[in-house]
Amino acid sequence: MSASRTNLRSAGVALRSMLVLTAVLGVGYPLVITGIGQLALPGQANGTTVSVDGETVGSALIGQSFVDTEGNPLPEWFQPRPSAAGDGYDAGASSGSNLGPENPDLIAAIEERRTQVAEFNEVEETEVPSDALTASSSGLDPHISPEYALLQVTRVAAERGLPENQVRSVVEANIQGRDIGFLGETTVNVLRLNVALDALKG
Amino acid sequence: MDVLTAVIQFGTLALILALLYRPLGEYMARIFTSRKDLKIERGFYRLIGVDSSTEQSWQSYLRGVLWFSGVGLIFVYLLQRLQTVLPYSLGLPAVPEGLSFNTAASFVGNTNWQSYSPELTMGYTVQIAGLAVQNFVSAAVGIAVAIALVRGIARSRSGTIGNFWVDLTRGTLRLLLPISALGAIILMAGGVIQNFNGFTEISTLSGGTQNLPGGPVASQEAIKNLGTNGGGFFNANAAHPFENPTAWTSLFQNVLMLMIPFALPRTFGRMVGDKRQGYAILAVMATFYVASLVILSSLERAGRGTAPELAGAALEGKEQRFGIFGSTLFGSTSTLTSTGAVNSMHDSYTALGGMMPMLNMMLGEVAPGGVGSGLYGLLILAIIAVFVAGLLVGRTPEYLGKKIGPTQIKLASLYILVMPTLVLVGTALSFAIPGIRDDVTSTSIWNPGNHGLSEVLYAFTSAANNNGSAFAGLTANTPWLNTTLGLAILLGRFIPIVFVLALAGSLAAQDKVPATAGTMPTHRPLFVGLLIGVTLIVTALTFFPVLTLGPLAEGLL
Repeated sequence: MSASRTNLRSAGVALRSMLVLTAVLGVGYPLVITGIGQLALPGQANGTTVSVDGETVGSALIGQSFVDTEGNPLPEWFQPRPSAAGDGYDAGASSGSNLGPENPDLIAAIEERRTQVAEFNEVEETEVPSDALTASSSGLDPHISPEYALLQVTRVAAERGLPENQVRSVVEANIQGRDIGFLGETTVNVLRLNVALDALKG
Repeated sequence: MDVLTAVIQFGTLALILALLYRPLGEYMARIFTSRKDLKIERGFYRLIGVDSSTEQSWQSYLRGVLWFSGVGLIFVYLLQRLQTVLPYSLGLPAVPEGLSFNTAASFVGNTNWQSYSPELTMGYTVQIAGLAVQNFVSAAVGIAVAIALVRGIARSRSGTIGNFWVDLTRGTLRLLLPISALGAIILMAGGVIQNFNGFTEISTLSGGTQNLPGGPVASQEAIKNLGTNGGGFFNANAAHPFENPTAWTSLFQNVLMLMIPFALPRTFGRMVGDKRQGYAILAVMATFYVASLVILSSLERAGRGTAPELAGAALEGKEQRFGIFGSTLFGSTSTLTSTGAVNSMHDSYTALGGMMPMLNMMLGEVAPGGVGSGLYGLLILAIIAVFVAGLLVGRTPEYLGKKIGPTQIKLASLYILVMPTLVLVGTALSFAIPGIRDDVTSTSIWNPGNHGLSEVLYAFTSAANNNGSAFAGLTANTPWLNTTLGLAILLGRFIPIVFVLALAGSLAAQDKVPATAGTMPTHRPLFVGLLIGVTLIVTALTFFPVLTLGPLAEGLL
């Protein structure tokens, strides 16, 4: 066979195999997995949504903002970490800040957040934990540390006119240990915590 | 306490990989040495017009690799350009030409560098029929090339090194597809989504609105990790809770990334008929992996630098559920394999911590490296190592009964020159050409000072090594970076493959020389140490000067 005929043959095999493989791997495989997911694991496959009175209020996996129309934090809700996704917790634009360790903007942001969180919760600046000062990598982090949740108890209880120990016990019930005891970190899911908090009223 | 949990977490990962080493390695050896085709494979060969019983010369094998990848490049490019007429495109416009080229090169080259934000750019059809297909087949190509090189070493007086189409088919259908399907189901159980819902607007608890994304994510997440690809379905990649919802799914994704690269040395040992050779290669890979992981984890835990010290910990760009060690474990795995997925933002790591992912890639992706590419990269370095040892004692070097002559050394040397050349020239040109320099510094770079140089250096290191991770503050969606990074990916992938297959051909043609008293054993700790030294010297040390301008300056001054 001449070189050009050999090449033509290889090109033909390449084209046909790419078409067949696209059908198998690019259409068949994702559809089968979707079928399995929708039949066997519909809750997870559709985003682990959280409902209150039959209305979906979010996903347990995706953090959301608890702010007024001007973007100020609402004191009656537990607040999540700072977010770099869009204007904050924009689930259509996941992102970290990507600010480097010596970036003046990040340094200024951390100082500003420390002052804001301390004033907002009426605590000393030294008591503010690291996760309250830093934006997560997805911008959609659904969790805060138990320290940050407990720091907010007094404020939330006062705003809602609830006894502090009642709010504290809701927080404690929502502290989730490490997966299997040693994977990752101890967390509090902010949406689940706020849903549980809201249920106290009724 | 947190050190203890970190050690247990790593120990669990190591145990799982150790348990997989033998069965998975042996299984892969069987796949690529079996003479039997499955029924479904026979149908596939008839459909594409291949005779599975014929073998190919290295030139013919290479022609298959290049044509197949070339067709893939055109496929992915066209799918993006035609996005508006494809179903499930979420109303997104066609992807611009420069970005389409960059993305096509990136996914065909097993790199998955992303100059774009997926949820704002790619509809579902492009993701599943374009990008995820390449996640499978570019991985299968890498494995095929590695197997061809192993055959070259194992055979004597042979004019052929296997059949590319058979290796591609078996790697895809018998290895990647079943493990991915299982992995996708496990990930869904952990909360990874899998639907075609598009965006759903919901009313949040406090009365705001939020657009929750949907998408066929789990099917893509599994092969993205298993094939050491790394391209995220979402912009935040494996930090996005819909891609990686829990600490245990994150550990599972580590397993997916590492299982094939760490088991391939067993396949190699089995195919060359000496399992100890596989253990030696494994020992080199594991030594680098553990050392790098310990260094990065210590640096991030120490949290040096103005911002981390002010915040009390290096948590900027890290998720609460993973914590620091869950982040550094994933970051190490992802940059030591050529995956490039992230569950934390490397751009926000401490200065010296951020240097570690770069160094991991600068090693040439051999510890354990990408699927296939890690093994062939380290075998090339093993050939350099026996050559260096041969020079020291004045003997003709040999590796596993093959004489390492001028031809082999030329091919191995050319192989190792490609990556540093691409990285250093690409980075240098970005700052040396006056018009380009202004564009790079004003448009692309996100962080000021030395960190800005690090962003560009990281980008070219990632592209040329087919990793795909980023100091993601960098805006790479510019004509200069889309073009040069796309080229660096293609050249960094396929030029080395040419040398590997040529080497495979030259070794296969040789007769085996019997081992004598003067032959250096290549399964002993001495050789392992030598190979580690050679790897450090010929790869990572090349970059020392440029590292002093970026992360070292930022971290030490």
